[in-house]
Amino acid sequence: MILLLTCMLPFLGALAVALAARTGRNTQAILAGAATSAALVLILLQAPQVLAGTTSAFAMPWVPALGLEASLFMDPLGLMFAGLILGIGILIITYARFYLAAEDSMPRFLTFLMLFQGAMLGIVLSDNVLLLLIFWELTSLSSFLLIGFWSHKAEGRQGARMALAVTGGGGLALIAGLLILGRVAGSYNLTDILLAGLVIQGSPLYTPALVLILVGCFAKSAQFPFHFWLPRAMAAPTPVSAYLHSATMVKAGVFLLARLWPVLSGTELWFYLVATTGMVTMFVGAAIALFKDDLKALLAYSTVSHLGLLTMLLGFGTPMAAVVAVFHILNHATFKAALFMNAGIVDHEVGTRDVRRLGGLVHLMPIATTIAVVAGLSMAGLPPFNGFISKEMMLEEAGRTVWAELTWLIPLVATLAALLSAAYSFRYVSHVFFGPRRHDYPRAPHDPGAGLWGPPAVLAALVVLIGFFPATIAGPLVQPVAAAVIGAEPPYFALKMWHGFTPALFMSVLAVAGGAAVLWRHGEAVRMWQRVPVPDAKRAFDAVVAALVGASRVVTDTLHTGTLQRSLFVLFAATFLLAVEGLSVGGLGGATRAGIPASGVAVAAWLALVAGAVAVVVSARQRFLALIYISVIGLIVSLGFVYLSAPDLALTQISVEVVTILLLLLALNLLPKTPQPTSSRLRRARDAVLAGIVGAGVGWLALAVMTRAPRDPISAFHWAQAKPGGGGTNVVNVTLVDFRGFDTFGEIIVLGIAALAIYALLKTAVRGVAGRRLLAWVPETPESPERHPMMLVVASRLVLPIALVVGLFLFLRGHNLPGGGFIAGLVFSIALLVQFMASGYAWADARKRLERHTLIAGGVLVAAATGLGSLAFGAPFLTSTFEYITWPLVGQFELASALLFDVGVSLAVVGAVLLALGQLANLMQRAARLEVDAEPMDIDPTRGAGAVR
Amino acid sequence: MIATALVIGFALITAAILLNLWRLFAGPTPSDRILALDTLVINAIALTVMFGIYERTAFYFEAGVLLALVGFVSSVAYAKFLLRGDIVE
Repeated sequence: MILLLTCMLPFLGALAVALAARTGRNTQAILAGAATSAALVLILLQAPQVLAGTTSAFAMPWVPALGLEASLFMDPLGLMFAGLILGIGILIITYARFYLAAEDSMPRFLTFLMLFQGAMLGIVLSDNVLLLLIFWELTSLSSFLLIGFWSHKAEGRQGARMALAVTGGGGLALIAGLLILGRVAGSYNLTDILLAGLVIQGSPLYTPALVLILVGCFAKSAQFPFHFWLPRAMAAPTPVSAYLHSATMVKAGVFLLARLWPVLSGTELWFYLVATTGMVTMFVGAAIALFKDDLKALLAYSTVSHLGLLTMLLGFGTPMAAVVAVFHILNHATFKAALFMNAGIVDHEVGTRDVRRLGGLVHLMPIATTIAVVAGLSMAGLPPFNGFISKEMMLEEAGRTVWAELTWLIPLVATLAALLSAAYSFRYVSHVFFGPRRHDYPRAPHDPGAGLWGPPAVLAALVVLIGFFPATIAGPLVQPVAAAVIGAEPPYFALKMWHGFTPALFMSVLAVAGGAAVLWRHGEAVRMWQRVPVPDAKRAFDAVVAALVGASRVVTDTLHTGTLQRSLFVLFAATFLLAVEGLSVGGLGGATRAGIPASGVAVAAWLALVAGAVAVVVSARQRFLALIYISVIGLIVSLGFVYLSAPDLALTQISVEVVTILLLLLALNLLPKTPQPTSSRLRRARDAVLAGIVGAGVGWLALAVMTRAPRDPISAFHWAQAKPGGGGTNVVNVTLVDFRGFDTFGEIIVLGIAALAIYALLKTAVRGVAGRRLLAWVPETPESPERHPMMLVVASRLVLPIALVVGLFLFLRGHNLPGGGFIAGLVFSIALLVQFMASGYAWADARKRLERHTLIAGGVLVAAATGLGSLAFGAPFLTSTFEYITWPLVGQFELASALLFDVGVSLAVVGAVLLALGQLANLMQRAARLEVDAEPMDIDPTRGAGAVR
Repeated sequence: MIATALVIGFALITAAILLNLWRLFAGPTPSDRILALDTLVINAIALTVMFGIYERTAFYFEAGVLLALVGFVSSVAYAKFLLRGDIVE
């Protein structure tokens, strides 16, 4: 339970920050910091027992049918990562509070950051791999928002898109890989999977699962050839870079490699795929980093290189290499986060991150220089800092590993990479902070306030402390974490500075000396580098994306030609063929129900219906006429519902009919009133034949269905259970709000989304090409001078209260007699729409107290709250309950929780109808360019006799 | 007595509906058609109420009430469209 709370805390923090959007920056930062600190405290409280070997766990069934369980567990590996995520998270929040400029939205930033933090925490604490996948995708999404935080910058948007495409695409491969893994292991719980190593490695599906999982991990951890997204993600604000690329996002891939190490590693395939990729990435990243002039780009490629180092170590597959990887994860997180924040300080105070324009800052920014020297030399692998120790151990392991019988390959590449790493670290320190003081800085540099240098200083202190006392500080953590990665007791190792005169020390000295030499000759190295053809990753990525877009466009255009006639032809033809096939296989069986005799009135109504339908077809090109005829059809259908004892349907049909006509009339105003035919005569004849056949077929099928008694219909259950189970005698309404309440809940959400989509689409219609066409629009119909006739205005005001009472009446009795929330909502909407019609959009709109968006959201929330309310009583979502209460005057009245649900339905309907139609009317007003009419009617008696404007 | 009255009523309303339909389809002006539609709605109200009396139930009464309450809205909208083109301005 504590684990669940820990995992939820960042999300709660995100919510709290978002809700506190109108408070000050300090409040928001404190809220975010408090949530993170609370989570960290909860983690630390469990740390002693977790490190002692008891994993804490929490499990709750979620979707058992899919094997999806909301199960969390924390072993030492999860503990270390959770500690890093939350610990560095606190530092980043503090740093961001002082880093972000006044025009940047602090609540937005912190909300995204907390969402990201929660997603990361979820990855490292998930026990179920499906749950892990959900969090994995969440990190891709939330990091997209963070990287693209400065959405006004093109490179920010492009970087975010690329990061999402690469890590999200890798995520797809990971989903497939983990699903295979779970299937092979027989369980989706990590704890079970970790015990099934032999089964998994013996399975023929091991290879595809491994490759897919590796693609996901490599994409996330920016391994070659997926490394290119990481440097582009540097367009993000520096706190984001410091967080994502030191301890969190990119470490997720490494984390998963470590997590699945016991089951996946140890095979040749693992070694050659993982170790080789890591080795190449380590070298390529370090080489590019040396020639980057942008501080953040330098650090980005250095991160790529260090991630390669970690991947390579895990790829070796030996327990000792895993120990080193664990230790280096810790060290890299400390010095890299400090360096990113340091680069941010330089950018913030000097105004540039270009190494060529920097130098000599030691005289001006002593604190920043100290941090840079400590963290930078640790990155270079110099004693007495922590980076030295893990690099020594890495070189030691590399020296022992043989790649395809080439004993020299891995040690050589590792030494070269270490050499390049030392070179770019020296460059970061010496070219930025040392050398002569310059006079052309964009701003006057000075050390920032403690809010900015404090967080990296904490990390720099850790760098030194771990360097001096590795066994005391890091040892108690590394030992159990390594055991968790390996799945067994780790081999003996000693974390210490001095290992004696080993080959590793020799390689290390070579690397540092070589690095210094390369930096000394940096100018010549740059000229050499410029002759090396480096493929442009962005161009390649763009080409791939363009090819994908092109391919999907070809498919779409083939399937969707854009002519309605053709689509409908295909649709109807397919329906017809399927029906013929179904009938020839299944047959209809004989009619078992007798018809009922038709009265004279019914025959007359039927005639009207047929005549209306024929008239619509004949006058299809005179749209206004067709609309009138459609009204006839709607009216007769309503009467039909009355005749066939379906009063609920009749009520719904009557009110829907009115709203539909209003909507169509609104739309028709901007459409051609008499469109010209677009297809040839022959084609229209063909379409007419098909339409005739399908129409007759559907009619015949409907008749066939009506003359046959259904076998075991569900309506029998509904009839039997409506009163005892749902507490209402109106089966239709009980079905809507109770038996199928979940459907209704989904439907009002869809209705709300549809209304919002109409609103959003029409909102953009006033801009661009569509907007110009709208402005050039000339009314086609002659206009009468009367805009708001007095009679209509007075009638509409009289109708309003009556309609509201009728709506309320229909609403309240809906559970037992015909009526209900949906119908009531429509009646309310019509009553309000009449006011819009009578006195104009502006006049009526100015008199609304509630935003229509609020109505929709409120409706959905009320319905959801009613549904969730049943959870509090231990019943499933949307279980309804009812009670009979004796009210004064009214007598005994039944009060069902479903009534509250119906309130939600009603609100959502009113909001959606008014939003959609109102926006359409608003659009029209812009097109007509009429001046807004402030008065309710054209002639107002209160303004004196005959006051006509 | 009521049964007889109902038969006469149904016959007259049916005749009225057929006549409405004739005016509706014959036109000739859009105003004729709109008026015919409006009258059709009024006849539909009568039909609904009479059907309730015939069936001896109050179930269909609300359908009649609702038709009476909102049935005119479509007619007004059609008329407003003819007059101004824009029904909400």
